[in-house]
Amino acid sequence: MKSIITVLGKDRVGIIADICTILAKNNINILDISQTILQEFFTMIMVVDTSKCEMDFVELSKLLTSHGEDIGLSIRIQREDIFNAMHRI
Amino acid sequence: MINTSEILHTIEMIDRQHLDIRTVTMGISIRDCADPDPEVCAKNIYDKIVKYAGNLVETANIVERELGIPIVNKRISVTPIAIACEACKTDDYTIFAKALDAAAKKVGVDFIGGFSALVQKGMTKGDEKLINSIPKALAETDLVCSSVNVGSTKAGINMDTVRLMGQIVKKTAALTADSGGLGCAKLVVFANAVEDNPFMAGAFHGVGEPECVINVGVSGPGVVHEALKGCRGQSLDVVAETIKKTAFHITRMGQLVAQETSSRLGVPFGIVDLSLAPTPAIGDSVADILEEIGLETVGTHGTTAALAMLNDAVKKGGVMASSRVGGLSGAFIPVSEDAGMISAAKKGVLTIDKLEAMTCVCSVGLDMIAVPGDTTAETISAIIADEAAIGMVNSKTTAVRIIPAPGKVVGDEVEFGGLLGSAPIMPVHNQASDVFIHRGGHIPAPIHSLKN
Repeated sequence: MKSIITVLGKDRVGIIADICTILAKNNINILDISQTILQEFFTMIMVVDTSKCEMDFVELSKLLTSHGEDIGLSIRIQREDIFNAMHRI
Repeated sequence: MINTSEILHTIEMIDRQHLDIRTVTMGISIRDCADPDPEVCAKNIYDKIVKYAGNLVETANIVERELGIPIVNKRISVTPIAIACEACKTDDYTIFAKALDAAAKKVGVDFIGGFSALVQKGMTKGDEKLINSIPKALAETDLVCSSVNVGSTKAGINMDTVRLMGQIVKKTAALTADSGGLGCAKLVVFANAVEDNPFMAGAFHGVGEPECVINVGVSGPGVVHEALKGCRGQSLDVVAETIKKTAFHITRMGQLVAQETSSRLGVPFGIVDLSLAPTPAIGDSVADILEEIGLETVGTHGTTAALAMLNDAVKKGGVMASSRVGGLSGAFIPVSEDAGMISAAKKGVLTIDKLEAMTCVCSVGLDMIAVPGDTTAETISAIIADEAAIGMVNSKTTAVRIIPAPGKVVGDEVEFGGLLGSAPIMPVHNQASDVFIHRGGHIPAPIHSLKN
């Protein structure tokens, strides 16, 4: 199942490494990454495949959100379906 | 492949423009719960709701988390109690309201609707018992919502019940005086009530509905407002097109949530209600949209025309985005639940008369309006009659949810909290309508109801 992870917040060293470590630990494959810095504001979007992840999606979502809160970033994971529903016919 | 700007646009809508699913409402038939013994009937109702809706909140929470879209309320609607409980040997239907309340609390929903009667042509004994039980039922429960349909395009207006409802609204306010007449915020008087409405206080599970169904109400005034900021200086054609496109996006999301929730629960998907439903939060206001279109303050001249366009564009955009559309579908204008409406009412620009005109072109009626506590039952009945006439003649749903706030006068404010917000007390006309209301009887259906 494809999902979208978005990470928004103030830039610092090691954000991508940090998040990729969590994803790797949970057997989540990264399919695509795009990342930009807008006025020191870090914006990253990842397309990931969660089909081999053993953790429940809701638990994974909570883990990422709470990890984001710990390091001062907004991290969320959403199923790709919501973006397809909204932007594709 | 979805691109970055579309992803960020969606997240901005959710984070900053209050885009959410206002409600996932499970409709449950309780027609099979009837029993002559009211205790047994109440237990049957409680058991059935708990059985069918036991997983509703948990499932909605999972869908919310997976899709990353807030689902603000989870609700239940049931068959009108006046129908389901008519066989019971009791005059006081409060016992059934308590069963609904207890079941709603057990499964963890926010509201339960269906303490209702459909009496557009006349009352049965059960209807009369239910209506007379409304004040006590609403005073002694927390989550139960009540509705009474007093008119329709096909049947005309039952003015005897309109008269009675004025008294019921007053009694409900009196019994909930401690909370500013909060009971009246959970009581709506309809004309042309719809059977699949997911929104409260008017939701009930109609007799033509299946055993169990999932209906979804979307929201998103803030998203429309934000989109319209990009159309400043352009013609109304551009404004209407922009509203349509935005409504399409919002409704697609509603459709997805409805399908996901219904398939996980194994319950058929009913409808998506395409309504723009405001909340008291800043930036989540229908009034802001109307002001963005070009009105200094909502309620001034031009408001009805702007609202007509908004209401129509929401439907046109939304209808293509959903496989089944129903409910009320349009723009809501509840005064206490919309920061812009509250502000305009406080300034005296938005009056009950103007709101009445606005209800001719939007999806509902006079909604969440607080009036002085000494407003007579006859005046409230007359306000209900006016709204029912608009609904009857225009073949649309209209409703009245009015709060004669005990002890309050014009200039005061009454606070309900949560989604119900706070309402400034609005003036009513002091000239009596008593003789008209006391006549009783029936206003016949209009000639254009004869379509066969």
